[in-house]
Amino acid sequence: MRTPAHLLWIYRAYVLIFFLYLVAPLVAAGAFAFNDSLFPALPWQGFTLDWFFSPNEPKLGLFHDDRLLRGLGNSVFIGVIVAVLSVIAGTCNAFLFVRKDFPFKSVLYILMVVPLVIPGVILGISILVFASMIANFADRELGLLLTWLRPGIPLVLLGQFSFLTTITSLVIAARLQKFDVSIEEAAFNLGASGLRVLMTITLPFLAPAMFSAFVVAFLVSFENFNTTLMLVGSDAPLTVTMYDRMVKVGSTPVLNAVSVVLMLGSGILALISVLAQRERTSP
Amino acid sequence: MTGRDAGRLSLILLMTPFALWIGLLILLPQIGIGYVSLREKVGFNQYEYGFANYAAFFGEPIYRNTLLRTAWISILVTILALIIGFPVAYYIAKVARQRSRAALFLMCLIPLWVSDLVRAYGWIVLLRETGVISTTLVSLGVIAQPVEMLYNDITVVMGLVYTVILFMIVPLVSTLQGMDDALLEAGYNLGGSRFTVFRRIVVPYAMPGIVSGCIITFMLAAGSYLTPILLGGKNSSWFTEQIYNQFITRYNWEAGATFGVLLLGFTSFVVWAGLRLTGQSLATTVAKE
Repeated sequence: MRTPAHLLWIYRAYVLIFFLYLVAPLVAAGAFAFNDSLFPALPWQGFTLDWFFSPNEPKLGLFHDDRLLRGLGNSVFIGVIVAVLSVIAGTCNAFLFVRKDFPFKSVLYILMVVPLVIPGVILGISILVFASMIANFADRELGLLLTWLRPGIPLVLLGQFSFLTTITSLVIAARLQKFDVSIEEAAFNLGASGLRVLMTITLPFLAPAMFSAFVVAFLVSFENFNTTLMLVGSDAPLTVTMYDRMVKVGSTPVLNAVSVVLMLGSGILALISVLAQRERTSP
Repeated sequence: MTGRDAGRLSLILLMTPFALWIGLLILLPQIGIGYVSLREKVGFNQYEYGFANYAAFFGEPIYRNTLLRTAWISILVTILALIIGFPVAYYIAKVARQRSRAALFLMCLIPLWVSDLVRAYGWIVLLRETGVISTTLVSLGVIAQPVEMLYNDITVVMGLVYTVILFMIVPLVSTLQGMDDALLEAGYNLGGSRFTVFRRIVVPYAMPGIVSGCIITFMLAAGSYLTPILLGGKNSSWFTEQIYNQFITRYNWEAGATFGVLLLGFTSFVVWAGLRLTGQSLATTVAKE
């Protein structure tokens, strides 16, 4: 049954409106970073890059704003570390669930997926509470001051790691499942050691998936707010710094400039991960 | 060392990070908030144990209503996301030409890569009293006075749908892409109307995608923090906001932990009920992507 032409056009219009709805707030957040005005609002006062590069008040640009820059630095620092850790753990989990058999495997598999469906706020408070319980215990019974278990970057790392590992595990396990075990067997038959096979055959095969898992983990960490907010100390990452500014100072175009940087950064990274994936589907 | 021992050793080596991760960062912390929620501070470092915090929660209408409100809005958001997202997913999977399909799918993913904060901020710039839409409408003469479009429930729902709809569309597209067009042809050949074919063939086929989309959407909506607060203002009475207030602002960890346990229990219940009603399991829906 063919769809009549006018219905098809209505359908297309609907999809078009939907995509306009998707991009509208992003365009709004981005565009006003370039408006030569003290407020992110119409009318358009002309194009400027002051909100990025201007060194003095009242239009203090993003790249001269120490607190925002420190937030950016913290975000990158946290993102890289947590992405590396979660890719390592995710690779172990992938081997565990794809290659090994053990009792209660399906229950443990569900446990592995669960962190994705626990609300981020709850992950944050539960890790905060648990870390404080340990720290209080150590303080009271052993006289140890475990400051890294108090809100701060180490706790943010643990909090983000707790759910990013699920994502990296799923991505890497999907790739490992496609691996043809007979290649490994051939290498073993030719006398290669287990470690050698792992380093020269299996891990190179997994490398594209590990790379895109790293990019995704970094991105999600960079954007994360809910879990991070509960665990953050004095060294806030960029999203928390931006939120703070928004609530305390109100919206100024420098926040639009931050938005542009965030969108550009994640856009480029997403593109890299898509390209990496493209290469792996058409070798 | 025999092969069997090596196998066992590698199993232990691989199991260790998994056990540490799930045990120390997921299970024990959840037990931890359960434990804290059961205690009550009666003096300096003195605690009594019992269900007093839960009784306090259910005795206080404000808290109770906040949970109910969060639940209703989240369910409404899930339904709206399904209704709005399904035609788009169907278009991408079945109607669009091969070439534009990938591009449309990627476009769908763009907002996914942008922080929640940026998206909410974008809506603020658009919708507030001095915002783009209000100013444009005034200058076009449609309205006489600028209007405040933030801080009401419709905006919160709209913003939440925006935040979560991608997680509805992505699983729907991947399920619908697997559907053979011959199924539809057969349905039409057997005399089915457009509606019958949709109801009897497309919807049952897409069910796993619908269920996993709804689960993720609901959990994200119920657990969201930024969108309801920034778009709904100070009186958004959102449940995660209560948790934050109890923990960080009032430093009442016992009450905060109680709220956390209730939110987790409640959302898990809804997800469990959804899976039960549709005969799906968590491993086949959420983990499939």
